[in-house]
Amino acid sequence: MTDLLQILAGLLVLGGACFCFVAALGIVRLPDPIMRMHASSKAGTVGCGLILLSVALHFPEGGVMARALAAIAFLLISTPVAAHMIGRAAYACGVELCAGTIADELKDTKDNPRRLLLGQAGPGVERTGGP
Amino acid sequence: MIPFLQICIEIALGVLLLALVLASVRILRGPSLPDRIIAVDLFGTLCVAAIALLALYTDQPVFIDAAIALALVAFFGTVAYARFVERRTVEETNADD
Repeated sequence: MTDLLQILAGLLVLGGACFCFVAALGIVRLPDPIMRMHASSKAGTVGCGLILLSVALHFPEGGVMARALAAIAFLLISTPVAAHMIGRAAYACGVELCAGTIADELKDTKDNPRRLLLGQAGPGVERTGGP
Repeated sequence: MIPFLQICIEIALGVLLLALVLASVRILRGPSLPDRIIAVDLFGTLCVAAIALLALYTDQPVFIDAAIALALVAFFGTVAYARFVERRTVEETNADD
């Protein structure tokens, strides 16, 4: 039984490492920041999650398992939020989308982050407060 | 620990090292600030995975606490960087006019 668990843990570790590698490959190969954000967040979360899952399987103590599962839960909650914030900031600061982009639905809506950001403290408006 | 698991962990550590090198390539090459922030974020996530692997490899469950702490720091760092990019955009636009 423990042997079976260890084999499962080994396979999970290999799968997680492959996902992490795909994320890194995506970050190097994909053409624009939005796509890179997509690659890094999705594959990064699953890769890290699989490795932490194998840790949870490998240590039989309840406390360790609970901490590993808590780490997975935290990663699943925090990584999409962080990726969304970077993507939004990247769009708002006007990064170039790759030449093959065929649709930019955010451009003409009132939710366009760039318009919201620059409309708030737009040209000529004195910024009050803050350093 | 059975030899199969040990070999798996060693291979995974090698693959993770390769992934860290690729992430560093993107940090160095840029070209824009958001690119670098995304790469730093991935670097943090990869380090969390590497620490979890070390916990398996050395059979020391204490490393999980370090992994959780690093995941927290990476998340808050990324959020802070995203806010910084937005603020810098506003300030640059104001400076241009």
